[in-house]
Amino acid sequence: MAGEQMLPFEKPISDLREKIATLKTLAESNGMDFSEEIARLEEKCKNMEEELYNEMTPAQKMHIARLHQRPTSLDFIQAVFTDFIELHGDRLYADDLAIVGGLAKLNGLPVTVIGHQRGKDTKDNIARFFGSPHPEGFRKALRLMQQANKFNRPIITLIDTKGAYPGNTAEERGQSEAIARNLREMAGFGVPIVCIVIGEGGSGGALALGVGNRVLMLENAIYSAISPNGAASILWKDATKADIAAEAMKITAKDLLEFEVIEDIVEEPQGGAHRDLAFTAERLKEKLWKHLAELLPMTAEQLIEDRYHKFRKIGQFQIAQTASQEAEEVTEAPEMTESAKV
Amino acid sequence: MQIKDLFSKKKYATIPSERPKRDIPEGLMNKCSKCGTIQYSKELDKNLKVCSSCGHHYRLSAFERIGMTLDDGRLYEYDADMESVDPLEFPGYKGKLEQQRQKNPNLREAVVTGEGTIGGHPVVVAVMSFDFFSGSMGSVVGEKITRAIEAAHEKKLPLLIFSTSGGARMQESILSLMQMAKTSAALSMFQGAGGLFISVFTDPTMGGVSASFASLGDYNLAEPGALVGFAGRIVIEQTIRQKLPDNFQTAEFNMQHGQLDLVVHRKDMKTTLGKLLDMHTVREGLSHGG
Repeated sequence: MAGEQMLPFEKPISDLREKIATLKTLAESNGMDFSEEIARLEEKCKNMEEELYNEMTPAQKMHIARLHQRPTSLDFIQAVFTDFIELHGDRLYADDLAIVGGLAKLNGLPVTVIGHQRGKDTKDNIARFFGSPHPEGFRKALRLMQQANKFNRPIITLIDTKGAYPGNTAEERGQSEAIARNLREMAGFGVPIVCIVIGEGGSGGALALGVGNRVLMLENAIYSAISPNGAASILWKDATKADIAAEAMKITAKDLLEFEVIEDIVEEPQGGAHRDLAFTAERLKEKLWKHLAELLPMTAEQLIEDRYHKFRKIGQFQIAQTASQEAEEVTEAPEMTESAKV
Repeated sequence: MQIKDLFSKKKYATIPSERPKRDIPEGLMNKCSKCGTIQYSKELDKNLKVCSSCGHHYRLSAFERIGMTLDDGRLYEYDADMESVDPLEFPGYKGKLEQQRQKNPNLREAVVTGEGTIGGHPVVVAVMSFDFFSGSMGSVVGEKITRAIEAAHEKKLPLLIFSTSGGARMQESILSLMQMAKTSAALSMFQGAGGLFISVFTDPTMGGVSASFASLGDYNLAEPGALVGFAGRIVIEQTIRQKLPDNFQTAEFNMQHGQLDLVVHRKDMKTTLGKLLDMHTVREGLSHGG
């Protein structure tokens, strides 16, 4: 665990681990026997970890989902798929590195895989706009999905973005239109689409890769309409209250499963996916294959219908009692506007 | 008393005036937020709430817009009694909803949907209202828009949506976000089957509404000066650390960058919509042989 970034809430554990390490070195250098003490502390550490990681708050999960060393789309593509061939560009303007995609095989089956891509270091992050796509990124994704649809390949998307890039160039080139078009076109593809939120699912920029027959989330991933930081600064004019907003906004995989926004949760190792990529990738592959296997026998029409119903049923509302009489009546516009008619 | 006191300055006490300054009833006059010109509200209404001095298009509530757009201002309303709940149990949301309903006695949510005619052409309409919860899209807005699209699909009618929105309703977080997918999927079905959708952006249309159904019209129109975009100006300025041009994200800016078909003055909106609808009626009649 050396060199690993620990979050503030993990401090008691890292302190204890340090103590154990010190005891071990002491034992080695002095030839003294601390084995009983070490065993006792290790046991305590294990219990502490279990307690801490099993009862994580939404805010703590948010911090894990945003960890710099959390596996990215390319990490999962390498670990879950074989024969990946990356394809570039939207054929209109540029190649947005905030989204990666291409062909790969999953258990021998050719698929199209697309994901948001954060950078591994500062330089990489700058080139990839910290994983926040411009319109050309969404249009690259759309081009690859249309290609998949044409050649009847399933589409797998990996979602991991703070959101679409908020910049003037993005606006000029139609950020809204690019996202909107992806939503509509994804709804109409006749191939299976499985989406997995692997880190942070931020707003429309996440959803632009998220209209699938099945949507899964890694255990510690989060998904929301606006980042908790953004919500906090709008609601309470204080972005530092993000942790409070995270609690209120129901952003965790467990919450979204309850709301039937997602279909399944992919287990992570204790402490988060970054602790063991191979383990997480294996769980991801199992779940991915399970859901894909259910979709593969379906016809194009059935898949479109299935996807339509998945999203059609999301939302909660009520019918007001008092208005039931007015409801079906012809409503006249108010007097004021009568005089204002053309 | 000394003689010089006679010439000293008189001291006055301020006595509150008996008569209040000038009694102007609330709402008689209006001050343009753009150029500051003060106009009689009645004059402004006659001018379709467009400033006679600078051409600024005032924001309209849903029913004002319906009155101006549909023949005789008549609407057969759908789902008028649908209202929001608090699915996330978000702090303060219920109270805020109640406050919005009281502020807008004739609205239950940020969109009004239904059927009417424009120049005699039947059409399914959805008209958003910025004065209700900043036109934000929660479950109800998404559901009503989706039902309107489905109604247009079933009845084989054209669809017209006037959008105005601050974006997603964060108090419904993920459910709000999913309304973007829901409405867009409904449009996929409707437009895929040949349905006509005319989208009109009005001031302002941002975020989740702009990035879903509003941008998906077969024709995308906007009112002059309407703010249309994804991310807000302040967020962008903080990101790029540069001042943005004054006309940034206006309808004119968007048309210049190829994002809009047409900017239409409010006085021409009804006729333009009528013409567009007519074009499609004629073509269908000819190509399908009646």
